[in-house]
Amino acid sequence: MDGEPLVRWDWIWRNWSTGRAGSIDSLLQQHVVMALLPVVLGLVVALPIGLACVRWRWLYQPTAGLMNVVYALPSLPVFMLLLPATGLGPATVIIPLSFYGVAVLIPAVVDGIASVPDHVRQSAVAMGFTPLRRLLRVELPIAVPVVLAGLRVVAVSSISLVSVGALIGQGGLGNLFTDAFKRDFPTPAVVGIVLIVALALLVDGLLLAAQRLLTPWQRARGSA
Amino acid sequence: MNWLTDFFGDPAHWSGPDGIPARLLEHLAFSAAALLLAALIALPLGLWIGHTGRGAYFIVATVNVARAIPTLGLLVLFVLLLGTTTVWPVLIPLVALAAPPILVNTYEGVRGVDPDLRDAAYGMGLRGGQVLGRVLVPVALPLILLGLRLSAVQVVATTTVAAYAGLGGLGRFIIDGLATKDYASVAGGAVLVVLFALAVQLLFTLAQRTAVSPGVSRRQRVR
Repeated sequence: MDGEPLVRWDWIWRNWSTGRAGSIDSLLQQHVVMALLPVVLGLVVALPIGLACVRWRWLYQPTAGLMNVVYALPSLPVFMLLLPATGLGPATVIIPLSFYGVAVLIPAVVDGIASVPDHVRQSAVAMGFTPLRRLLRVELPIAVPVVLAGLRVVAVSSISLVSVGALIGQGGLGNLFTDAFKRDFPTPAVVGIVLIVALALLVDGLLLAAQRLLTPWQRARGSA
Repeated sequence: MNWLTDFFGDPAHWSGPDGIPARLLEHLAFSAAALLLAALIALPLGLWIGHTGRGAYFIVATVNVARAIPTLGLLVLFVLLLGTTTVWPVLIPLVALAAPPILVNTYEGVRGVDPDLRDAAYGMGLRGGQVLGRVLVPVALPLILLGLRLSAVQVVATTTVAAYAGLGGLGRFIIDGLATKDYASVAGGAVLVVLFALAVQLLFTLAQRTAVSPGVSRRQRVR
């Protein structure tokens, strides 16, 4: 690296928005979709399974055990094993990341519902709430902080994990890493790291803001 | 499924410097070195911050950022800056990946010890260091081991990526297979890494069962 600066700003300006497939802004867009779709899918799948585990307690132990195993599966090898089924498309990355999301969010949903105090639940029953209305109006709102804490973990690690998909050409900003390596040129790698960390912190902050909006009683109590 | 027999049935894959046993040992060595270094840094720091309560804010801030850092990017950057003459360009990102879960779980474990228990230990005449070693660490052990387990599994998974930068380990089968369009090698390597990660997970779960004092039955999860 003799005399070569760590970051070549002119490269960034030239490649930010060229309108071609490899420009930084299009990679950023691709990254956002590939990282956040698994978070949404994970929540949509984990919510009913988590609720079922609360309703039928015996389901929880085996489900949690299975999810522990799923969470331990390494992402890159799983991408590879999916290749014959999904091809070199974004699904190869999105599917495993969704499974990680489910693995983290099921315990979050179960713990969240378990955090509802018994007297609150009994009050709701006494006030004549049907089970469905009790779930929607009482239990789920109280579970929000625990579920959102899980969601924040999933979102941040998903944003960072998408980049591994670059090894099969589907990594969003991760493609900047393979690009940097092939050309022996550090600037794209620095840009990729900075953008991914910034994106993760932004999404984390937004989820934190959402939590404050969704649980106004915590602010009123002064505990949040 | 015949790629499995293609890969595992070929005797050439079972010997020599690029055979399965050699690659497995490389993978194990890289992962173990990274985990050990991370533990040497994160365990004392987590114990100290949890015990004294100083710098707790530092933990929350570091862990959030650290979880967001893409290891592949860090790996490429260090390899470009330092070259591949030493193993440090691979070890530094792996340690950066492995340290935060150990740090946060050790900290949470020590901090979560019942204050009454801590006071009782002081009341019995134990000094600060003794309280830490004889009371806080045994009680926090489930969480400390959970942190080590999460780190170990992540490190084993991510050492695969190290092959991209030209280093050894089981990732070589995947990266080389991708480059030469040899799917049998890609899938065989992938299966090996998955099995390795699951074995590590199982090993640490068993360690958790046997190492934790029977008096400490509390089971908590922090990620």
